[in-house]
Amino acid sequence: MSMQATPTRPWEKEKTARRNNGLTLLLGALIAYVVVLFTGFAGPDGWAVVLFALAAAFTLFRNRSLSTKERKDSRARLLIAAASVIAFAPWISIFVSVAFKGVKGLRPNFIVSDMRTTTPDDFLDMGGAAHAIVGSLLMVLIATVITLPLGILSGLYITEVRGRFSGVVRVVIQSMSGVPSIVAGLFIYTTFVDATGTFSALAGALALGILMLPTVARTSEEVLKLVPDDLRSAGYALGARQWRSTLIVVLPTVRSGLITAGLLGVARVIGETAPLLATALSNTSFVFNPVSGPIGSLPMYIFGMLQIGTENSINRAWTGALVLLIVVFGLFTLARYVAGKDKR
Amino acid sequence: MNIAAPVKREMHVVHSRGDKVFRGIVSAGALTSLVLLGLIGVFLLARGIEVFSTSGFKFLTGSNWVAGSEDGVIPNDFSIGPMIVVTAIVSLIAMLFAVPMSMAGALYLEFYAPQKVRRVLIALLDLAAAIPSLIFGLWGVQVFTSFGERWAYFLSDRLGWFPLFNTISDNFGRSPFVAGCVLASLVVPITTSVAREVYSRTPRELVDTCFALGGTKWGAIRTVVIPFGKSGVVGGAMLGLGRALGETIAVYLLLNINFRYTFKILESEGGNVASLIATKFGEATPDEIKALVAAGFVLFILTLTVNMIASSIVTRSTKGAAA
Repeated sequence: MSMQATPTRPWEKEKTARRNNGLTLLLGALIAYVVVLFTGFAGPDGWAVVLFALAAAFTLFRNRSLSTKERKDSRARLLIAAASVIAFAPWISIFVSVAFKGVKGLRPNFIVSDMRTTTPDDFLDMGGAAHAIVGSLLMVLIATVITLPLGILSGLYITEVRGRFSGVVRVVIQSMSGVPSIVAGLFIYTTFVDATGTFSALAGALALGILMLPTVARTSEEVLKLVPDDLRSAGYALGARQWRSTLIVVLPTVRSGLITAGLLGVARVIGETAPLLATALSNTSFVFNPVSGPIGSLPMYIFGMLQIGTENSINRAWTGALVLLIVVFGLFTLARYVAGKDKR
Repeated sequence: MNIAAPVKREMHVVHSRGDKVFRGIVSAGALTSLVLLGLIGVFLLARGIEVFSTSGFKFLTGSNWVAGSEDGVIPNDFSIGPMIVVTAIVSLIAMLFAVPMSMAGALYLEFYAPQKVRRVLIALLDLAAAIPSLIFGLWGVQVFTSFGERWAYFLSDRLGWFPLFNTISDNFGRSPFVAGCVLASLVVPITTSVAREVYSRTPRELVDTCFALGGTKWGAIRTVVIPFGKSGVVGGAMLGLGRALGETIAVYLLLNINFRYTFKILESEGGNVASLIATKFGEATPDEIKALVAAGFVLFILTLTVNMIASSIVTRSTKGAAA
């Protein structure tokens, strides 16, 4: 019988050392809390500053016997840890505050009623954002129908046709992703809204499409690049022309990747507010006709409620933000799930 | 012996009719995006050119915004000087905070974080990069402002002798400093994920060599990882800068438009070019719309330039990493 060696992990700290570290940190946190209670430092930020000062002092004290090199290493670790706390704190704070403040107004009526007969200041069990959700979905749907084919064609141009302007198309798409959202709105305003004479869901969708196109095109290109050349050659070898080979071999191979491209594009634009300000405006009741005038949307709902600024309207804004975040994250998760299917 | 030098065989591709149609359709679709970008520029310029030609260079430097009366008694006078200054100040503050913090964050994720923590944080980071800027604005107004006010008060209290931190009023909310901090938090997820991506491509052998030579973790990071990822991080920072320059709704919620040059970053006044457009758009006269479009054109050119530079840097650095 062979001896089974138990694997060891010499690079990991021992249990007692880890426990001592944890205890030290806890003690530091407590001391910092006491300091915050009795001095001018206030709030979680003050607490963090005191804790950092304590940690710095402790590190310097403990390291006095180490070599210069090791001291530098441990100082760098402390600084990097502290700086990453500052880097991660804002968005973790956003997740937490949206969840806690948004849940207050998250009642069934929020996703079935509109604001036609409700003032923003009414109690939270009246009125809702259903009209805004429907408006957002309508606009995003139109934008997707217009943008997805264009984005996929751009991807195909770069990977299949490999035309003369491939490089240019790629650069243009890259730089389009930097067009400020308000500029996209302004562009549609000066062209489409001026021509039709009214704000509308279609105008909003066009503005969103401009912002969506770069994401869709770039993701499609990345996905299409993953198709092995062998597959294309196999298609040609069977006598298919390029168009047939593309349609029945290349595109079906990356179908879920292309769906991912669409989902990521939708996630990118569904929270955009600035372009809608100039194209779709807002509304308090349901609108289903894409060309019939101003239409509500979830971002504009949040924006409007925040502008009104009473307690209940701000609660409504937070709930809207919660719904918006859930939608965005749902889209992301769905995109990742669909993309994961391709790899198998 | 007389052997002719080998001649490269010429190959011709002849597309069938179906392929010609197919390639035509695909090319047309791809060129639509090209044309679209061109159209945006052309239309904005065409609508704004009148303002550029009447105001000239003063449009960029002056600090007046007067919508003239229709009978022409009060002449139009539009200029966006203060907005350009605030756009620069706010973006600068944002980058000043965001770049070092996101470098540290990326290094932590790649080299210090325990496996489990790392996986969770990276997933959250991807989501954070997708948070709409409206929600950053909401959070900035409702949650962050109380912190920002406290820090601004601290700065003006201790460093008030320095002209930049000087304040006249004792009102610290809605200042460029607070807006800059919120923009920094908006930019951090983007720059952090780019930086992390670049750092994760550091060749493992180089890092291991450092350790084998007796180097510490920080030694490896300082001598190998950071130099390796430099251009990628710069590119990511430029992408973030492009986002900060064009940010509308968060700045709109955080700053009050004020047509006066200000360099006091703790004073409650400001507003950038994008938020000017959002503010004035609602009740603008036809002439005012033209001026806003002209402002949009300036912003468009500004962000386009920054983004072009950014994408060329990123492309170059990722090519270098792949080789």
